[in-house]
Amino acid sequence: MDKVRTLIVDDSSVMRKIVERSLRQAGLELEKVVEAANGAEALAELSKNPVDLILCDINMPVMDGLEFVRQLHTVENGKGVPVVMITTEGSEAHVVEALSAGARGYIRKPFTPDQVREHVVPVVGKKS
Amino acid sequence: MSTDTSLAVRSREENWLPVLELAVEEVFEIMLGCRVKPVPKDASQASTEFTAMVGLAGTLCGILTLCCDRKTASGLAKSMLGPEIADNEDQVSDALGEICNMIAGNFKNKLAGTDGRCMLSVPTVVKGEEYVFYSLADGDRMETVMLFENAPVTISLQLHS
Repeated sequence: MDKVRTLIVDDSSVMRKIVERSLRQAGLELEKVVEAANGAEALAELSKNPVDLILCDINMPVMDGLEFVRQLHTVENGKGVPVVMITTEGSEAHVVEALSAGARGYIRKPFTPDQVREHVVPVVGKKS
Repeated sequence: MSTDTSLAVRSREENWLPVLELAVEEVFEIMLGCRVKPVPKDASQASTEFTAMVGLAGTLCGILTLCCDRKTASGLAKSMLGPEIADNEDQVSDALGEICNMIAGNFKNKLAGTDGRCMLSVPTVVKGEEYVFYSLADGDRMETVMLFENAPVTISLQLHS
């Protein structure tokens, strides 16, 4: 697998670090990791930094993860990039809403590196 | 877990406390790599030097809090992220807020009947013991104490009636 440019979107800097560590533990070679604290920051980052994969929380201030996924295709470098949600919102309703909005995977917190591998590896580098 | 956790059937403290305890145990085991078990409340009471809070709104309304002393908060953060952040208070607070957030999420995800209709707030962390906690959640209160590195961590859920 090629090195992966990744955008991690979470309002917690601690959780962003944990997600990055889990991606490495899951066996991904990360070329570059871009971080954003909410959906609006993430959209702005994308215009400067093209990425191959996005990991995104749902509950965030300013712009939540679902709105971010809905707007992703409208920004430069956003179209088709696979998004995997990583969130405490674990209900079926949230999963359906996220997948309908365009997310390609859904991981519930707390999560293990194995779960990250299972949900992330199949979508890396596969633009929709 | 075989217990019926339906919101309509199960009612409150004696029924939901095991669910809350399981939610706590899973978060500690998966995210912090340590096994914890509830201890008698009267045996240990955690300091409130660090208090993390997450609100619940919708089908289930209330507030979940996690309290511990400064050293324990730092230890929890270290277990989650590694030793390099131990002295960074902002990251310790951030880690504590995330632990509280995951416990709240894990708890509500285990209850049948909240599907998509219970939302969590962004976590808040209070540092320092000089405060009085007052919540408008006037319903049931359940509380569990876990020992982390021999120090108590208190997790409470106060619900609206």
